[in-house]
Amino acid sequence: MSLPSTEEIVDDLLFFDDWEDKYKYIIDLGKSLPVFDDAWRTPERLVKGCQSNVWIQPGSEQDDAKGEVLTFAVDSDAIIVRGLLGLVLAALNHKTPEEILAFDMTQYFESLDLERHLSPTRGNGLRSIVGRIQNIAQSAA
Amino acid sequence: MSLDVAAIREQFPILKREIDGNPLVYLDNAATTQKPQCVIDALVNYYTTCNSNVHRGAHRLADEATRHFEAARDIVKDFINAPKREEVIWTSGTTEGINIVANGLGQLLSPGDEVIATGMDHHANLVTWQQACKASGAILKTVPVLDSGELDQAAYEALLNERTKFVAFPHVSNALGSVNPIKEMTAKAKQFNAWVLVDGAQGAAHGHVDVQAIGCDFYAFSGHKIYGPMGVGVLWGKESVLADWPVWRTGGEMISTVTLQDASWNVLPYRFEAGTPNVGDAIAMGEAIRWFSALDQDAVVAHEKALLDHATELAENFEGLTIIGQAKEKKGVLSFVLDHGHPADIGFLLDRQGFAVRTGDHCAQPLMARFNVPGTARISFSVYNTLEEVDALFVALKKVRTMLA
Repeated sequence: MSLPSTEEIVDDLLFFDDWEDKYKYIIDLGKSLPVFDDAWRTPERLVKGCQSNVWIQPGSEQDDAKGEVLTFAVDSDAIIVRGLLGLVLAALNHKTPEEILAFDMTQYFESLDLERHLSPTRGNGLRSIVGRIQNIAQSAA
Repeated sequence: MSLDVAAIREQFPILKREIDGNPLVYLDNAATTQKPQCVIDALVNYYTTCNSNVHRGAHRLADEATRHFEAARDIVKDFINAPKREEVIWTSGTTEGINIVANGLGQLLSPGDEVIATGMDHHANLVTWQQACKASGAILKTVPVLDSGELDQAAYEALLNERTKFVAFPHVSNALGSVNPIKEMTAKAKQFNAWVLVDGAQGAAHGHVDVQAIGCDFYAFSGHKIYGPMGVGVLWGKESVLADWPVWRTGGEMISTVTLQDASWNVLPYRFEAGTPNVGDAIAMGEAIRWFSALDQDAVVAHEKALLDHATELAENFEGLTIIGQAKEKKGVLSFVLDHGHPADIGFLLDRQGFAVRTGDHCAQPLMARFNVPGTARISFSVYNTLEEVDALFVALKKVRTMLA
């Protein structure tokens, strides 16, 4: 998966003056996420938000340099939420549990300078997803 | 007579707000309406001049607070044309009103009794009856919703029988805007002597509520959806029914005499108003209803119909838009989905342009499942909305469609 790095994302988003460009960037990021297997859309993988649903499928693999890293496939029925999940994955996917736990998600989203409802909230399900990834990392650490 | 909408808008300070440099266009009135200055003032005046506990203090403030509190009850009584002020129970909102009735019902039902709700109910008017039935062994049946978004009246009639003890339905569907034939539905239930509750959360704010004409036993609504504050509402019930209905919360105020081992209950309305009531909000709700009632009610209905008709026309001509709920009679609500774009996406992109709409399942998950949609985007109107705002919404929606294409 070729997600940009968190540094690239911060640079890109701060570059846009126009809100439409920012939102289009997030929408495109959502479209660029790998296709989520329909068979994975099960209740165990579901995180219900008030307005949209989010699914997550955790996994792990061996990284030559870092050893075992955690991987996550994610999906949402809302494309903007999928894009926001892209922002989260850029930070947490293919990382060791220690790296995941050390990452400051609040500070990251603050640096993206997005509207509040585009940050991890209960409504869009993002906060629960970040929490779930952190719990998985906690168990694996 | 018509409404001076510009003058009405002047009375709502929040409508001067901007969102990201855009003027706020507030189209989420079915969730909660905004408050005119006189309601905000009533709340502030109460706390600055006569805050005290009602019905008990032997002092001037308590006397004044009690008079204002009970005067607000009279305003509500007149507004819904209730026969008696004792039938007006203050609650925290529609949900609490329905829970008061459901709690009593759970104790009155026997196994095998039947309760009828509908497939378009808000969760507050469905889950409550599910629980009452589970507690008592009664059976819950639901009236199906037609493709038009109307209740299937033939199916409703077929569900009614001698075992039907209780029927509940919404005055107006919060998710679709369908106006139900509540008089006819009540009359049919009464042929079997069933109690009838009308969920008036979406009905009261659009004018012309007459509980005697409806013929129901209970009508519940919220203050905050009719220009009043949050945290207060009204349950109206027929005196003959409420007088023997099992009490809900017990405590102070709702008792008559108390010994260490037993208690007897106060008279209506106090037997359902345990503890210190929400005095300030009740007074402000009274002011909201006084303010709303002073508007020409026919003009209110005509204005809101013009808004809905105009929005419906624009929606019908909007490429890729499907209206959910096309009942012949609708009030205040237009629910829709777009071919491309989840309702949540529509909400995000409209918000960024200054438009407040609701997206999601509208606390009516069975209804969303019925229409096979994950949710809808819902615009809902109030007396202060304008045709220009409706036009602007559809311009903004065009941008949404382009961005999500």
